[in-house]
Amino acid sequence: MVTVHSLNRLLLFSGVFLLGIWAHASGIIDELLFYWGDIVFLSQQHIVLTAISGGLAILIGVPLGVWLSRPKMRRYSESMMQALNVGTTIPTLAVLALSMSWLGIGVIPAIFALWVASLLPIVRNTYTGLTSVPGYLKEAANGMGMRPLQILWQVELPNALFVIFAGIRTALAINVGTVPLAFLIGGGGLGELIFSGIDLNMPGMMLAGAIPTALLAILVDFMMGLLAYGLIPRGVNPLR
Amino acid sequence: MIRLENLTKVFETPGGTIVAADHIDMEVPEGEICILLGPSGCGKTTTLKMINRIIPPTSGKVFIGGKDTTTYDTVTLRRNMGYVIQQIGLFPNMTVEENICVVPRLLGWDGARAKRRAAELLEMMALDSAVFLKRYPKELSGGQQQRVGVARALAADPPVMLMDEPFGAVDPINREIIQDEFLKMQEKLRKTIMFVSHDIDEAVKMGDKVAIFRAGKLEQFDSPDNVLAHPANSFIADFVGGDRTLKRLRLVKVSEAMNPNAPCVRAEDSLEKAASLMAEHDQEYMVMVGPRGRARGVVYLSVAREKRGTCGEHHFGLKATVNVREDLRTAVSLMFSHDVAWLACVDEEGFFKGYITQRGITHLLGATYRDVAEGSAA
Repeated sequence: MVTVHSLNRLLLFSGVFLLGIWAHASGIIDELLFYWGDIVFLSQQHIVLTAISGGLAILIGVPLGVWLSRPKMRRYSESMMQALNVGTTIPTLAVLALSMSWLGIGVIPAIFALWVASLLPIVRNTYTGLTSVPGYLKEAANGMGMRPLQILWQVELPNALFVIFAGIRTALAINVGTVPLAFLIGGGGLGELIFSGIDLNMPGMMLAGAIPTALLAILVDFMMGLLAYGLIPRGVNPLR
Repeated sequence: MIRLENLTKVFETPGGTIVAADHIDMEVPEGEICILLGPSGCGKTTTLKMINRIIPPTSGKVFIGGKDTTTYDTVTLRRNMGYVIQQIGLFPNMTVEENICVVPRLLGWDGARAKRRAAELLEMMALDSAVFLKRYPKELSGGQQQRVGVARALAADPPVMLMDEPFGAVDPINREIIQDEFLKMQEKLRKTIMFVSHDIDEAVKMGDKVAIFRAGKLEQFDSPDNVLAHPANSFIADFVGGDRTLKRLRLVKVSEAMNPNAPCVRAEDSLEKAASLMAEHDQEYMVMVGPRGRARGVVYLSVAREKRGTCGEHHFGLKATVNVREDLRTAVSLMFSHDVAWLACVDEEGFFKGYITQRGITHLLGATYRDVAEGSAA
């Protein structure tokens, strides 16, 4: 096992090293550095788009999921979840186009479309997480004299938190990956470099958009992982 | 005190009307454990859950300490009742301490007081508070979780406890241990407890009263000994089992069945004295005690008549002794395994207290049937 591990590590290191040599030899590093100013500016736009649309999706999605999971709503909740499911089958590009035709060009329609795209995983996971809290926990809480809101805050939400976080994580990953499309309706972001690169047949420019986008997605996922590790109580956190 | 008056629950289902509890009337005195017993679907759990209104009754009333519970709002009612369920239901997101402090916090206790109480309860449950307070439920064994579940129900010191098959999920060995601990605790706390079970042995062991249900009806409500000795109908007789008289052995302590003020001899007594004592008490053996009264051995009548000298020179070792605090089941089991018809009864420190004989046990268990036979003859 140890030899396999060290072999893997050796391969990885030499791979990264060779990649570095190739990158340097092909001049791609210089090219990327040439776009550095653009990368910084557009990354900021990218992050702002993700933060606003993702934040709004969390603010709306979690309460919506909670609301749908309430016993009173059980009768309607599955059909509403189906409607949301149908909503996600619409390709993001189509949502962007529709949102443009309705809200025009710019940041607002882009945020709206991104919000729609990342809403469903959050609602779905919040709903599933809450409804799969074992009935006996709710019965125990009920039998001890907790009020419905106390049960929600002290028992249901903490026990569903891991699943809810997984939904938010998925949604943000989708979100970061979709932001480049926002450029097509004038939303800005790293898509500007990617699409311009494609159109002008300039791989360097395209990579200057694509690589930071990929890195951003990894970074956001990593940070969400850290948050999940830190915020979810140890008793219900499979990670620790 | 818990009193149920005409408590009824009717479920309307697509398959028709189901009467889950049919005019249940019963009264459990303060400080007693009442076991609700019966096959599954008999209405015992429904009855229990109507007491804290997890299931709202269709009609009828529940009185606690003489007060109609409909005068309390549901939340207050529940906070003043301990509730233990079969799945234990410890909240996995909370530590043991937080779990125990749930009801005290709901009642608005200050944090320090609630924490002191949690530590105190854990110690009472034979769990080291320094080790367990900060643990999460998933880090406990099944038996430990069950103990914490009981501690949580006791947290605010409610006068009434509702327990729905609380020891059902624990393995048989641990269940015995937890039951014993629970009974020992109950001796001190004297809670009024409603306890659902489907296990007749558990009912006999734990209950001061047993209520047997069938198809929503309360069939018999009596002491465990009466349920075993005089089942009200053939259903109950079948339910408690063909060996029900053997089960009664558990209900009687050795101290109640032995003959007290039993004669004994000392090592320095002569064999003649021993022989005359045996003749006087019509038995063929006599326990020899040490200087302070500990059971040391036995002298047999045949030996006492044939030999001369003191008891100390001619005694035999005791094959087995039984503690006076044990139940008759243990005593009978000891008799069987040592092939003897009598046992010397001793206390914790080995002091001789009396004899218990197979004849005596048979006689005692038969007494209740003879009384009834005489009663019906007269």
